[in-house]
Amino acid sequence: MIVLYNDLVQTLDLNAPFAALADPTRRAILARLCQGEAGVMELAAPFNLSQPAISRHLKVLENAGLITRRVDRTRRPCKVVPEAVDELTSWLSRLRVAMEANYARLDQLLAQPTNDDNNETSRT
Amino acid sequence: MKPLELKLNGDTQVIVTREFAASPEAVFRAHVEPDLIRQWMLGPDGWTMPECVADFRPGGSFRYVWANEEGESFSITGECIACEPFSRLEHIERMHLPDPTPDNHIVTTFDPDGEGTLMTMVMTLPSAEVRSTMLGTGMERGMEVSYQRLEALLG
Repeated sequence: MIVLYNDLVQTLDLNAPFAALADPTRRAILARLCQGEAGVMELAAPFNLSQPAISRHLKVLENAGLITRRVDRTRRPCKVVPEAVDELTSWLSRLRVAMEANYARLDQLLAQPTNDDNNETSRT
Repeated sequence: MKPLELKLNGDTQVIVTREFAASPEAVFRAHVEPDLIRQWMLGPDGWTMPECVADFRPGGSFRYVWANEEGESFSITGECIACEPFSRLEHIERMHLPDPTPDNHIVTTFDPDGEGTLMTMVMTLPSAEVRSTMLGTGMERGMEVSYQRLEALLG
């Protein structure tokens, strides 16, 4: 349900996280990681996806700053970055997202001739 | 056209500025007339505003209810304190999630800006603590709660 408007979000830090979470699989992965650290194998199992596919999703989440990965021998377990999730879920972020969407829509509305104008025009 | 700017001011304020390519009258009307409000004040895609009642005369009240296809809904109610067409609006509002958030006092000004309008919205929260809580900073919160909020946010 997040729509990004490039001209609006350039100044905001939230572009990458919201884009990352536009994908349902990545949302589900993040949900799983909110319950605790997990490796690629554990993450791949419930999603019926190949490990490379999961790894690609993890890369997007990592680049967006939503998760971090550490090296543990041969594993690279992932965990969420609580601050990033908090930032996404904070009131200010919701406000930003809602406003970005709202004002882009208002721009469209203001660019249309008003109904009053139409009525005036049709009468004259 | 400058993009949306959201910044913190002092301990209790959040200031939003946005430019529009339309007259102050048009932008102002879009903020007070229900037929216009419900066309744009919808938040992220997927939400509609099935209920939009607004009386922006001083002392008047308003109520916006949003709903999405998953059956979730939330609302904002508020009261108008002052209304100076087409330049200034002052009102109080709170969100119902469904518990009401603390009152947010909002002054919105619509200033001519070349061919367009510069809108400035100054939100004042009751205390630094409330703002800080609302901003999600300095607040310990379980991940599960965060995740539930995230899900609500992401729909």
